[in-house]
Amino acid sequence: MNLNIYLGMLRQAEQTLAGSFRQVADGHGAEPDVHFLCYTLAEQCERHGKLLVPVVQRYGEDQSDNEPERLHAQGLSETRSGPVGLLRDLQDLYLLASLVDITWTMVKQAASALHDEKLLSVVDQCDSETGIQLRWLQTRMKQAAPQALVAAR
Amino acid sequence: MVDRISEIWGTRTPYGKDGLWPVRVDQMLGGGVTEDDVDRWVQSACVLCSNGCACDIAVKDGAMVGIRGRAGDLVNHGRLGPKGLFASWQGVSHKDRLTRPLIRQNGRLVECDWDAAMARIVSRSSQLLQEQGPLSHGFYTSGQLFLEEYYALAVIGKAGIGTPHMDGNTRLCTATAATALKETFGADGQPGTYADIDSCDAIFLYGHNMAETQTVLWSRVLDRLAGPERPKLVCVDPRDTEVAREADVLLAVRPGTNLALMHALVHEVLSNGWENADYIRAHTLGFDDLRAAAEPWTPEAAAETCGIRAADIREAARIFGTSGRVLSTVLQGFYQSSQATAASCQVNNLHLLRGMLGRPGCGVLQMNGQPTAQNNRECGADGDLPGFRNWENPEHVNELAALWDVEPMVIPHWAPPTHAMQIFRYAEQGSITFLWISATNPAVSMPELRRIREILAQDELFLVVQDLYLTETAQAADVVLPAAGWGEKTGTFTNANRTVHLSDKAVNPPGAARSDLDIFLDYARRMNFTTLGGRPLLAWSGPEDGFEAWKKCSRGRPCDYTGITYERLRGGSGIPWPCNEENPDGRERLYEDGVFPTDPGYCESYGHELLTGATVGPQAFRAQAPAGRALLKTAAYHPPHEEPDADYPLRFTTGRTAYHFHTRTKTGRAQPLSAAAPKAWVELAVEDADGLGISEGDMVRVSSRRGHIDVPARVSSIRPGTVFAPFHYGYWDAGGSPGLHPTAANELTLTEWDPVSKQPMFKNAAVRVVKIGEATGPAPAPTTTASRPAAARGAALVPATAGGEAAHASESLNAAAPPRFPHAIRNSREEGRP
Repeated sequence: MNLNIYLGMLRQAEQTLAGSFRQVADGHGAEPDVHFLCYTLAEQCERHGKLLVPVVQRYGEDQSDNEPERLHAQGLSETRSGPVGLLRDLQDLYLLASLVDITWTMVKQAASALHDEKLLSVVDQCDSETGIQLRWLQTRMKQAAPQALVAAR
Repeated sequence: MVDRISEIWGTRTPYGKDGLWPVRVDQMLGGGVTEDDVDRWVQSACVLCSNGCACDIAVKDGAMVGIRGRAGDLVNHGRLGPKGLFASWQGVSHKDRLTRPLIRQNGRLVECDWDAAMARIVSRSSQLLQEQGPLSHGFYTSGQLFLEEYYALAVIGKAGIGTPHMDGNTRLCTATAATALKETFGADGQPGTYADIDSCDAIFLYGHNMAETQTVLWSRVLDRLAGPERPKLVCVDPRDTEVAREADVLLAVRPGTNLALMHALVHEVLSNGWENADYIRAHTLGFDDLRAAAEPWTPEAAAETCGIRAADIREAARIFGTSGRVLSTVLQGFYQSSQATAASCQVNNLHLLRGMLGRPGCGVLQMNGQPTAQNNRECGADGDLPGFRNWENPEHVNELAALWDVEPMVIPHWAPPTHAMQIFRYAEQGSITFLWISATNPAVSMPELRRIREILAQDELFLVVQDLYLTETAQAADVVLPAAGWGEKTGTFTNANRTVHLSDKAVNPPGAARSDLDIFLDYARRMNFTTLGGRPLLAWSGPEDGFEAWKKCSRGRPCDYTGITYERLRGGSGIPWPCNEENPDGRERLYEDGVFPTDPGYCESYGHELLTGATVGPQAFRAQAPAGRALLKTAAYHPPHEEPDADYPLRFTTGRTAYHFHTRTKTGRAQPLSAAAPKAWVELAVEDADGLGISEGDMVRVSSRRGHIDVPARVSSIRPGTVFAPFHYGYWDAGGSPGLHPTAANELTLTEWDPVSKQPMFKNAAVRVVKIGEATGPAPAPTTTASRPAAARGAALVPATAGGEAAHASESLNAAAPPRFPHAIRNSREEGRP
């Protein structure tokens, strides 16, 4: 069974996303909607991590690195500034959230094959929230893009 | 004669359930003028709140000299409130009026003629459009212009320039009303009617101090409360308002916790089986999610979060769940607080759960703050597409392009319209460099004023301000345009229950002042905006042309005006839209049949996720197959982002007093109103004042992370831990700038908005209060309203607010038979029909 590899990846990806949401919140205080909502969404990611704890207790979590990362998603090291900077930061969050989203989808596939209703209910709660995070990021980026790419100085 | 300063709601005319609200004609004539002196009466409606009271303006020797309520109108049955009586014509006939355009030269505003002012605007506008394109332009308008003016502005912005940066101060007052209606029902449109007050068994007022915000509507409630079969009253408000005093159940929640309370009410309705399962099945979507969201919110859980008693929540829910007919009204206590849209949608949800819509007494009134806010929403001067069209629906965009004869691509529809707070952010960042502000005063009314003042003062920003007076905002302008006011121009407007009124021109504007419509048309002409066919984009010769153009735009949409003409609006009652072939006399209530405008091809919005504001989008919306069903939407409760702490231990909230409107540009110039509430104050609870060593009238400094105000304290019966300041008091009559002792409540408020409606959050900030000076007398706060002094504390020291001789207005009780729908509506369809 290799589900433990994906559980490890998922916990790591949620943690990275949470940290990056906080980073963007801190770095874009002058955009109050981004600022406050990114804190809220960071808490969401952390809650997802907590919900995974009992799952990990059952299946374990592979940290042996026998499937080493080839694509490194290490999160935002620092935020940018200005309108295009905001857009790029949101886009980075979008990429990190996409990784979380697809990883939940794979865990859901495994949970279905295992008939693990407990894990399926965790996936249900978390993946729908990740979906909303993606939709919000897309909504906010689509709003910001014309001004940032066409009119901003 | 009645002193209408001390008697805000006038004399009671009690009536019983399902009775007709008696007529009472209120009249005020200027000093020395008698009815015999009046040359003529000119039909209009009041623009000093959202109620839309029909009136006639008395004219003598070419000047407005008085006002009288129209007995036959369905909205007010002859009544007027203190603002209508004392600040309508008086508020525009003042020596301070702007009479000539001003342009900035060498840092100072100097008078000029219209050609010079418009040339300056057109030159900058053309240059920026050429060099930087439409995204350099922003328009920030009002909730107080007329329908024809908004529509002209919308056509200029969307088809002439093509900018998404358009909004009104309606963003501050009514955005959540519109959004909550769109999210639940698929389109804007007030479901209920004021006449639901006549027939209900219970009234719920959610964050709605109706007694001060819509005084005439509150008179109707008071008359029901005083009559047989008194309806139950439930009030959600942290202040000791008149509504709170009349309430059977008062839920004085901690500011910022509305959604927790609403979840508990839903929880109680469901756990007691008070819902209408058949209606829910046939007419709604999303019930399971709604039930799941409410599930943890027992009355005890909400009581803990909201700081109220669980028993009171149970009793309120019992009244909602077991009364035959319930009317709910919602206003700023919900719209300007945390999770505004989610909390307001829960009001809609409660009505859907019981199937209580579209029947007498079973209404929802998602209220407006301003007289013409509804028209801003309909016409799209707030950024939405005109006629409640959906910017995500290409067919709707094509309809407008065909109507205006322009390329669809010109009409901004690639992203949501830019809301007011974001427009100011773009101006702050220097990407909007042309900002045209009409009939509003953001330098006092927007949150975090220090920041707003800095933005308006930026050198790179070309600022046009169009107003009656040299407001705090106008002082920062590059060009100031003197506008004609109410009574000086003709146009229509629509109140909070969809009733359309005509306001005819009574007198000429002062000096060279022009109507807002004329100014917009002049700009369009000078900019040479043309259609694909090469004709002028706005070839209207006056307001009636504009109205006829709007009728075409509204055809087939929820706000269908096609059956209304200026002629039909003269003489009878105002007409509630939709008014068309199907509804020839308009329509009193929407959704009698439980069919809602959620069809994907017809709806105004595909909606949003309520916690984040993420758009649902066309595919996901279609996939729900709404098929005319309403959407039960909600979100999880989250505490407000700024909570009291050791540095700022109190919660700050803002609001209106009965005697003033907005930043007092009109009411502050009306002597009886100004005398009743002359200067700023702050309200503190007895417990808090005692702890801080503060007594009635002491000077205090209220500070937040963003600024401070220095004002006298009124010790009132507000909820302990909560501090209230009225938002009316800027600086136009105090030297023009904040100086060392600012008074504007928005010095303290924070820049944050609801994620869905984008309405700023004025009703929750953390503050501290310290005493900075001894009282020299009581605080200048009225004693007739929610600012009344706490009973035990110095009440005797504070003289009762009264108006004296200058505030005497006449009342004619039962002067006519009460008007009824649809009989009161002028039936001139035969000659008036298009």
